[in-house]
Amino acid sequence: MAELDDLYQEVILDHNKSPRNFRAMAGANRKAEGYNPLCGDQVTVFALVEEGVIRDISFQGSGCAISKASASLMTAELKGKPESAAQALFENVHKMLTGEPGAEQASEKVGKLRILSGVCKFPARVKCASLAWHTVSAALKGEAQPATTE
Amino acid sequence: MKASSQKKEPAALSEFDVRRIREDFPILKEKVHGKPLVYFDNGATSQKPRAVIDAVARYYRAENSNIHRGVHRLSEQATAAYEGARGKVRQFINARADQEIIFVRGTTEAINLVAQSYGRTFLKGGDEIIISAMEHHSNIVPWQILCEQVGAKLRVAPINHDGEIVLEEYSRLLSDKTKFVSITHVSNALGTIVPVKEIIALAHARGVPVLIDGAQAVQHLKVDVQELGCDFYAFSGHKMFAPTGVGVLYGRAELLDKMPPYQGGGDMISLVTFEKTHYNVLPYKFEAGTPHISGGIGLGAAIDYLSALDWRQVSAHERRLLEYATDVLSDIDGLRIIGTAKQKAGVLSFVFDHVHAHDVGTILDQEGVAVRAGHHCAMPVMQRFGVPATTRASFALYNTLEEVDVLVRALGRVLKVFG
Repeated sequence: MAELDDLYQEVILDHNKSPRNFRAMAGANRKAEGYNPLCGDQVTVFALVEEGVIRDISFQGSGCAISKASASLMTAELKGKPESAAQALFENVHKMLTGEPGAEQASEKVGKLRILSGVCKFPARVKCASLAWHTVSAALKGEAQPATTE
Repeated sequence: MKASSQKKEPAALSEFDVRRIREDFPILKEKVHGKPLVYFDNGATSQKPRAVIDAVARYYRAENSNIHRGVHRLSEQATAAYEGARGKVRQFINARADQEIIFVRGTTEAINLVAQSYGRTFLKGGDEIIISAMEHHSNIVPWQILCEQVGAKLRVAPINHDGEIVLEEYSRLLSDKTKFVSITHVSNALGTIVPVKEIIALAHARGVPVLIDGAQAVQHLKVDVQELGCDFYAFSGHKMFAPTGVGVLYGRAELLDKMPPYQGGGDMISLVTFEKTHYNVLPYKFEAGTPHISGGIGLGAAIDYLSALDWRQVSAHERRLLEYATDVLSDIDGLRIIGTAKQKAGVLSFVFDHVHAHDVGTILDQEGVAVRAGHHCAMPVMQRFGVPATTRASFALYNTLEEVDVLVRALGRVLKVFG
């Protein structure tokens, strides 16, 4: 059961139970919706970006513990960061989640999000963890279409 | 939680020898994460008995060739086996004639065939199509596409909080504008057995044809299309112990004759010139291209397998499984069953107040228990019950009460992780 414990670590369960920045944002100037068409998980990411810096970021939606914790950790990590850093972080997180070559090095560059590295042993759950990231990426790019994990 | 099944139901399976049945399904001996496989995802696809696996392998080893055209020995054998399977399907659902059995890829293709061939020919702007609030996406989207093409309107018969169709509301939707009704026989997300006979009779009283989506029904109920009186009946092979990629559209010959082909190509023609093509007779008019020959043969073998069983015993066993599972799962704190119709078959959908279905699914998998977690391709059903997703345990004749106990213990682990 070591793998299951890797997946459902205390920090993840805590973020699932009390997600950070879990609210709509009235003054947001970036917003995107994301869907996982396979399971119906849905997330909306709001951001306030000023002079290339993410001043505030929040999310709402419904999903499993992994998707909620991932979104919560993401908002905590991105708040105050420059927009450009978000994309670099997304790439490293994605590499870590999918376990592709370079995943180990990538996981060292993602700060607290490293807690999600256990997800790579559960291929069916990678999309749960990456949904919020696809969505924030779409929000920052100002894409009109809802983001999906496909 | 209640005591184990042995205490609760002594000699519960004395009539039906489930141990012997399990011997017929090689995959049930597999282990998952070091634990014996408990396969409760039969609503998605069933496992295959050795008889089906062997029939498919035998075809590829000894009979492989194309059908309906070769003058050589192998082609004759393959044609006989494939057409023999059509005859078995006819008997299985008690259709009048083999020509009313169209082989397709599955339920989805069968419904699309009717929507495009019948629907585009006979429906026009302002006409209405009735479906129910608990349809699989496969019985929603083909009709939406048709509505866009011809300007028809989709009407949805509501369901009550138990997941049952409200017949009075359905009859109120029927009007002179209604030109087609398409309804599921057994709900894939809720397990409800729909009173399709009444639904068909009400539609026929107004001369409206009816398609029944039997994807979740044929493996649990004895289906007799003449007794039901339906105009079309659609089902998939792979949910009834046959291979994937083969399914059946039953249609009344009188309607099929009036319908244009769905796809063009080989096998569906009798004469082709550049000026005019003459279509083949039923059922071949609807079977363009080389079909899934091994799949059809496998489906025939699955029907032989099912026909050798005593359906009365099979139904009693499945009913006991569902009742027992419903009983013991209802006792789990924070667990709510979605779909509480009086008449149900094979499906137990549930949610926890504080644990998402995906997390339930992952933890159960670690215990060797395979379930479906998600919206079951029935998003409107999830919306109706105000849940994003459910965990669905769906049963087949080879499942046991002891396996339900494994599920209950595994759910205990879910609650431990999520406190």
